[in-house]
Amino acid sequence: MPSEPGRVDVEIESKRTEDAPPEKSHPNTCPGCGSHYRDEELAKTLRVCPQCGHHFPVGARERVEQVADPRTFVEEDGDLRSADPLGFFDLRPYTERLAEAELATGLGDAIVCGAAEVEGEGCRLAVMDFAFMGGSMGSVVGEKFARACESAAAAKVPLVSISASGGARMQEGILALMQLPKTICAIEDLHESGGALLSVLTHPTTGGVLASYASLGDVVLAEPGTLMSFAGPRVVAQTTREKLPDDFGLAESNYRFGHVDAIVPRSELRPTLARLLRLFGRK
Amino acid sequence: MPEETEIRLRERLSKLGAMKLLRGTSVDGELERLRDQLDRLRAEPTADEIWRSVELARHQDRPYTLDYASRIFDDFFELHGDRGRADDPAVVTGLASLDGRTVVLVGHQKGRDLKERTQRNFGMAYPEGYRKGMRAMALADQHGFPLITTVDTPGAYPGVAAEQHGQGGAIARSQVTMVGLSVPTVACIIGEGGSGGAVAIAVADRVLMQENAIYSVISPEGCAAILWRDGAEARKAAAAFKPDAAHCLELGVIDAIVPEPEGGAHTDPDEAAALLREAILVALAEVDGLNPSKRRRERRARFRAIGVLASTSG
Repeated sequence: MPSEPGRVDVEIESKRTEDAPPEKSHPNTCPGCGSHYRDEELAKTLRVCPQCGHHFPVGARERVEQVADPRTFVEEDGDLRSADPLGFFDLRPYTERLAEAELATGLGDAIVCGAAEVEGEGCRLAVMDFAFMGGSMGSVVGEKFARACESAAAAKVPLVSISASGGARMQEGILALMQLPKTICAIEDLHESGGALLSVLTHPTTGGVLASYASLGDVVLAEPGTLMSFAGPRVVAQTTREKLPDDFGLAESNYRFGHVDAIVPRSELRPTLARLLRLFGRK
Repeated sequence: MPEETEIRLRERLSKLGAMKLLRGTSVDGELERLRDQLDRLRAEPTADEIWRSVELARHQDRPYTLDYASRIFDDFFELHGDRGRADDPAVVTGLASLDGRTVVLVGHQKGRDLKERTQRNFGMAYPEGYRKGMRAMALADQHGFPLITTVDTPGAYPGVAAEQHGQGGAIARSQVTMVGLSVPTVACIIGEGGSGGAVAIAVADRVLMQENAIYSVISPEGCAAILWRDGAEARKAAAAFKPDAAHCLELGVIDAIVPEPEGGAHTDPDEAAALLREAILVALAEVDGLNPSKRRRERRARFRAIGVLASTSG
C-alpha cells in the first residue's frame, strides 16, 4: 500500500542499463561474471560475453547490422527530429538534451526504421536505441513506428520491432503518452491489411513502450535477462515496500507467467526471425 | 515569438468555439463565468494555476466514478469480475440508462474513507481491472451499446503481482480493444489521468476533460524525482509538463473541456454531474450517426495524428 498515491508512475528514464561495476575495477569488466573483455572481441560475439553469456546493450545501427543481410538495409524517415512543443525545461532545456543525444549517438531520435532482408526474407525493421535519452518514446518515436507499420503494410511484408526503452519521454508531456494509442492504431491498420508484427524485447523494455507496441507482437520474443516490466523495480519497491523476487520483471519470469513466446539468445535472433518471416510469408 | 503565440491562442479559441462548451449551461451567471474561463485560456495558465488543478484533481471530496454514475444515469447496474481471475475494485463496470438509452460504463474508482481507499487500491488497477474493462467493452460492442469511460487514477498499480499478471500487456490490449469497437465511445478525464493506466481506457471517439482534471505522462512527484532528483519539486515539474485541461486542449489531446462548478467539482457534485452529463450527450450525438467502419477509421485517424514533429529536410 503506497503511503503517497501520487508516486506510482512508471520509471521513465534510467541512464543505467547495467549495474555499474565496482569502482576502481577494470573499465571493461563483464557485470555478469567479472571477466575482462576487449571491445573489438565483444563486437565479434554480438556483444555477448563469451565467458558467461551476459548480453550487453546494442545500439540501433549495430543491431541492424547484426540482424539484416549485408547492404540490404534502407533507412526510412531518418530526417524526422523532435520538436519542443512544451518549451520543456528542467535542470536543462529539452532541446539541449536532444542535441547532446544526437551528438553522442549519431541518431536523429531513439528509433531507426527501414526496409531490410533477413536471410533473404523482406521485412521492415524498427529498432530502438537506449543510448538516445533512455530509448524514451516521444512524438518522433511514435511517428516513425507508425510509419514503419504503414511502410510494411504497403510492401506487404512483416514489421520486426526490436525495442529498448525506459518508457514515454517526460519532456513531451501528455503528447508522449499519446504515442501509446498512436502506435496501437498503426498496428491495427497493419493487422487490417493482413500484415504481421514480430516484437523482440531487449534490455530494458519498460513503461509506455511495454504498455503499447512491444507487447502487441503477433509473436513476442525477448533476449535473455531483459527487464520487461511496466513499472521499474525501484518504483515497485518504493511504492509497495514489497521484497522483490530476484527475477522481478525479467524475460525469464515473464516467460513463466505466459507473456513471452520464446527467449532467444542473441546468436539465434537472426535465424529465428528468418524462420518466423518465412512462416508469416506463406499464406 | 509573439505572432506564433497569437496564432496558437486563436486556434485554441476557435477550438473552444467549436466544442459546445456552452451547451446546457443556461444558469444565470454561467455565461459570465465561461467568459472568465475563456479569458483564462487566452492567457497561458500560470504555474500556480496548473498546481491548483493538480490539487483539485486530487481533492479528497472530488466526485468519483460511482458518484457520477448515480447522478448521470437513470439506472446503473454494476457488473463484477474479469471472468478469469478476479474482481478488481479499482475499476467499476456496468450497464446504465442514459437519456432513455442503454450504455456501458467503465471507470476507475477511488475510495472515500481510509477503508474504502485501501479496498479500491487508491484507484490503481491491476491487470484484472483492465481485463474487467475489456469484458465490459466487448459486451457493449456485442449489443450495440455506446461506451462511456471515466478516467481517475494516479496510475496503474506498480506491484509484483500486477507485473506477474501482465500489467503492460493488459494496458496495451485494453487500448487495442477500444480502437476496435464499432459502437460510439466517449472518454471523460474526471480527476487524475495518470499515465498508461489512464490512457488504457481513454482511446475514444471523443475525449472530454473536466476543467480541473489533469492528464499526464507521469505524476508531478515522479517527474520531479527523476529529472530534478527531488520529489519535492513536484510543482516545478507540473509547470514544466503542463497536465492541465487548457494545455491538453491546445495540444489536440482532448476534444472539449467540461466546466465545473465555481471552486471545483467537489463544491457541488450535482451541478458537476449535470454539466458532465450534458457534455457526454453532446459528444455522443456527434459520433452517433456515423457508420461503424467510418467511426473506427476516424477514431484511428484521430490518435494517429497526435504529436509534434520537426524535420531536418523541408
